[in-house]
Amino acid sequence: MSDTTAGLLQAGALIAALALCWRPLGDYMARVVTSEKDLRVERGIYRVIGVDSKSDQRWSVYAASVVAFAFVGVVVLYVIQRVQAHLPLSLGFKGVDPALAFNTAASFVTNTNWQAYSGESTMGHVAQMAGLAVQNFISAAVGIAVAVALIRGFVRSRSDRLGNFWVDTIRIIIRVLLPLSVLAAIALILMGAIQNFSTGTDVTTLLGHHQTITGGPVASQEAIKELGTNGGGFYNANSAHPFENPTALSNWFENFLLLLIPVALTRTFGTMVGDRRQGIALVSVMAALWGTLVVAVTTFEVHHHGTALQAAGAAMEGKETRFGEWASALFAVSTTGTSTGAVNSFHSSFTGLGGGALILNMGLGEISPGGVGSGIYGILVLAIMTVFVAGLMVGRTPEYLHKKITGREIKLVSLYILTMPVIVLVGTGIAMSFATPRASMLNAGPHGLSEVLYSFMSATNNNGSAFAGLSANTPFYNVALGIAMLLGRILPMLFVLGLAGSLGQQQKIPKTPGTLPTHGPLFIGMLIGVAVIVAGLTFFPVLALGPLAEGL
Amino acid sequence: MTTMIQEPAVPEPMSSAAAAKRVGAGLLDPKMLLTSLPDAARKLDPRVMARNPVMFVVEIGAVFSTVTAFSSSSTFSWSVVVWLWLTVLFANLAEAVAEGRGKAQAATLRKAKTETTAHRLIATDTLSGETEEIMASQLTLGDRVIVVAGQVIPGDGDVIEGVASVDESAITGESAPVIRESGGDRSSVTGGTRVLSDRIVVQITAKPGESFIDRMIALVEGASRQKTPNEIALNILLASLTIVFVAATATLQPFAVFSGDEQSIVVLVALLVCLIPTTIGALLSAIGIAGMDRLVQHNVLAMSGRAVEAAGDVNTLLLDKTGTITLGNRQASAFVPAPGVEIDRLADAAQLSSLADETPEGRSIVVLAKSAYGLRERGEGEIARARFVPFTAQTRMSGIDVDGRQIRKGAAAAVMAWVRENGGHPTEDVGAAVDAISASGGTPLVVAEVVEGVAHTLGVVHLKDVVKDGIRERFAEMRRMGIRTVMITGDNPLTAKAIAEEAGVDDFLAEATPEDKIALIKKEQEGGRLVAMTGDGTNDAPALAQADVGVAMNSGTSAAKEAGNMVDLDSNPTKLIEIVEIGKQLLITRGALTTFSIANDVAKYFAIIPAMFAGVYPGLDKLNIMKLHSPESAILSAVIFNALIIIGLIPLALRGVRYTPSSAGSMLRRNLLIYGVGGIVSPFIGIKLLDLVISQIPGIR
Repeated sequence: MSDTTAGLLQAGALIAALALCWRPLGDYMARVVTSEKDLRVERGIYRVIGVDSKSDQRWSVYAASVVAFAFVGVVVLYVIQRVQAHLPLSLGFKGVDPALAFNTAASFVTNTNWQAYSGESTMGHVAQMAGLAVQNFISAAVGIAVAVALIRGFVRSRSDRLGNFWVDTIRIIIRVLLPLSVLAAIALILMGAIQNFSTGTDVTTLLGHHQTITGGPVASQEAIKELGTNGGGFYNANSAHPFENPTALSNWFENFLLLLIPVALTRTFGTMVGDRRQGIALVSVMAALWGTLVVAVTTFEVHHHGTALQAAGAAMEGKETRFGEWASALFAVSTTGTSTGAVNSFHSSFTGLGGGALILNMGLGEISPGGVGSGIYGILVLAIMTVFVAGLMVGRTPEYLHKKITGREIKLVSLYILTMPVIVLVGTGIAMSFATPRASMLNAGPHGLSEVLYSFMSATNNNGSAFAGLSANTPFYNVALGIAMLLGRILPMLFVLGLAGSLGQQQKIPKTPGTLPTHGPLFIGMLIGVAVIVAGLTFFPVLALGPLAEGL
Repeated sequence: MTTMIQEPAVPEPMSSAAAAKRVGAGLLDPKMLLTSLPDAARKLDPRVMARNPVMFVVEIGAVFSTVTAFSSSSTFSWSVVVWLWLTVLFANLAEAVAEGRGKAQAATLRKAKTETTAHRLIATDTLSGETEEIMASQLTLGDRVIVVAGQVIPGDGDVIEGVASVDESAITGESAPVIRESGGDRSSVTGGTRVLSDRIVVQITAKPGESFIDRMIALVEGASRQKTPNEIALNILLASLTIVFVAATATLQPFAVFSGDEQSIVVLVALLVCLIPTTIGALLSAIGIAGMDRLVQHNVLAMSGRAVEAAGDVNTLLLDKTGTITLGNRQASAFVPAPGVEIDRLADAAQLSSLADETPEGRSIVVLAKSAYGLRERGEGEIARARFVPFTAQTRMSGIDVDGRQIRKGAAAAVMAWVRENGGHPTEDVGAAVDAISASGGTPLVVAEVVEGVAHTLGVVHLKDVVKDGIRERFAEMRRMGIRTVMITGDNPLTAKAIAEEAGVDDFLAEATPEDKIALIKKEQEGGRLVAMTGDGTNDAPALAQADVGVAMNSGTSAAKEAGNMVDLDSNPTKLIEIVEIGKQLLITRGALTTFSIANDVAKYFAIIPAMFAGVYPGLDKLNIMKLHSPESAILSAVIFNALIIIGLIPLALRGVRYTPSSAGSMLRRNLLIYGVGGIVSPFIGIKLLDLVISQIPGIR
């Protein structure tokens, strides 16, 4: 089988599998967050943490819960890392530096999973499991909860209540994330990923050197790493490491897992708002963006024109031979498009234009199809902006899903859209202005700029993948990127919840022939255009000096 | 039974003309660009500019680049500086031109406001008639003044005594005088209008400085213009895009320094100005002013821009049947002869008996007899020894006595009673026809004669409401736009249904009381719909206030005008449809130019980015797809295009985007194609053409 056939088959199978799961999983998640009943285990948890599961929160209370929960999460994670030496199963690792501990705490709480450290040589089992793995579930659930709150804003009429943050989060963990990751972990073990509590196996290499090979509960972390679009690998090499991602099949499966929930959430949305065509419209936009980028990156990688690359026969630097160009490009687009950040190849080694396309994919604001929860609320915010401009063009106060888009909504949408680019550009600008951060670059010239740009883009969009090449474990990057991750996560969530509150208080307005249809090809096309143009216009200058200068 | 209510016809000078004209109007006179220049220059004041964030950023950028152009002087940098200032000036020009058109109207209105004296009644007793002379500006609420023929009415008020014909041309532009009388729905008068005949006592209802004319002047001058909700929302969006582009441009310098190609301030400002949405930023306020101005040209005064926008959003139109859907009065449509009577004989008798009937119904009988049966209208003097019996509200009959014949025509009950008095049996002859006409929603008029003491019933004239020409098509358009039309009428449900079907309205409210109207409005609003209605009477006032868009007729009472948020100076209820269209057009123009403005950026990037960096990264020259001559000419071309497009679009901003009622989907497709795709393509062409010219200028490399 040629590379092309294999690549096309993999992509085709991926789309087919996602299409198959879209409906049942989407509807299931809608039932989970709208159900009146609590499970017994959930009732137990509510009693322990003192939550009345029947009480609905205002948007401000919901938002305060999100912020408080994140704050507590950062503090707990920070402390675990700092005192790691005194914890059991620490594998002999010492406490983590303050800056790195802050960066890592921020990273896992914000669903970014940027790893400035090397997993197997920094974190003991407690830090990995009680700290990082727990946040893998929690941060993913929080993202979905915020998305659900926004959807409730559309669904509810003249209500200032958006649901209960604690109930949403706990239900999503217990009824969605836990069962799915158990299934996924078993599948991964069957495919060859490791799962043990080994404290390290000493081996003698062929050259006679001694090497300690760290084992651990890899498959279980791998499952939630992809499902929750987290991306924090057990090993530094992440999904390129054979213990995490041993075969082409496991690679395909991980690729499937990381797209699964973001894609299915569009169905959840359509079901909850009572108009499934709206969900189909959003998933079409996501699919079009994802598909275009897959084609683009694959083309750039396969039809490279560098002399060295042509001499080698393929652009295989930084790619695993067991995956090849096609599966690497497919995985790279999926991971940058879902704010996952797991990598099965080194994005720094992609061709200039291929790497640029991956940066742009994140620059879209994580909507192709975006992280768990953040993808759907991100694209809904863009849809509101599109509806606003389109609505004016049909001569009415713009409306989306029976809600008017007024100054208040536009203010919050504008703040949301503003936040990410400003943090990315200002952060990169600061880094490029000073000698110390510039010293972290491995490469000079445009590729060096791409490395720094990628790091801020990845952190602010809570992606977490690294371009590689940048020595990010420095006080500057640990602090700057930590702040970028926190601001890039919390601020948009606050704006989204404010938006949900504002929409929920509105009365629903009826649909008439004068209402702009938001499910047809015209609107889908316009939404794609808005997403591409907004991101393109924002990042074109810096991309020109980075990847474009390198690739053209 | 409703027959022959003596009422003067509602003047309808605009109806057909306005319907034909549709939304549009308001062309730009090129001379206005020149005359508005001083105003535009005055607006360069930063305190004024700060209200428009997008253009304020351009002005700040222009200041910065002017300063740096002094230190590193070149033809290129000074050319950019000049065009940056021109960009700001052009934006101000757009606003100044829009305001200038209102100022001319305001000047005319001010003439009407010249200081007049008022004859204020000293005692509250109007009959005593003792007055004192005071300045009109000293009048306060509740004062009563006497105005006689030839005098100017000193302030807004209601006629509480007397009847007069008033020349309101100062306000409405309509030269035909109108009748104003105490009581009823025609009692309000406006300060600045002139009494032509008779004497009236007016009770002042407006405080000095807050009169109708004052508000109108403020309105057309744009002095009291407040940003409308959608305009505010759009401004927020534009401001946030501006912030993003400021961040993108400001952070470009460290990247450029790192790449070994530091950029000059002039070039960075040029890039910024080209990226931020200057086109819509420059034209936004002009679009708003022009929208209000279009309403004024249609003789409608909106009390707020908010109301105009709401008009574009309206879901339900409540339309009074009379005057809006049907012509003001019922008209004869057929003659139904009694058994054994020739139809020509009936037509002749009907015409003869109607010659002295000056009501519109009576005239319509004469016209029908002439057009259908060739009976020439005869003047009163042409028939010898004839005695005409004019129509009165008491007898409800008109007729003629000639050659021993007494012919009468009138309300069925009245004429049939008259026949019985003279020994006839009208029920046997025409009872069935009368009932059938009533049942069909029409009005039967009976024609009878007494010859030599013997009464004969000749037949029945079928009067019916005549639905206005083209109204059915208008309602179909409304439906396509998603607007539901509801007809309001005092008629019984049967009649109402017949007319509703003929006119093609979606629904009707029969035997409507003012309470019914409010209940209907509230019901619609509870469903989230916006309601628009027209009204003129005092009993319409609560409904006008409840409606989202309440258009009061200028002929109506001041209570109605106070309650509504628009006043139609022509008192033409059909105007509501135009108002909705103007509201929509206002929003469409904003949306279209926003799309155009943002779409423009694509081409500008392809001009400027390679120009900035192809020197250090030759590969970037591949992005120079327009093959522009040189970096300097490329940047200058983009800046000049950016400035010129503002001037080029001023006429469109003032006129508004063409609007044809259609579904949201097809409207979006059309506008997206013209302003979205057009917005992407046109700057590629424009910049290339400018580059061809600029590359010839000496001093530009």
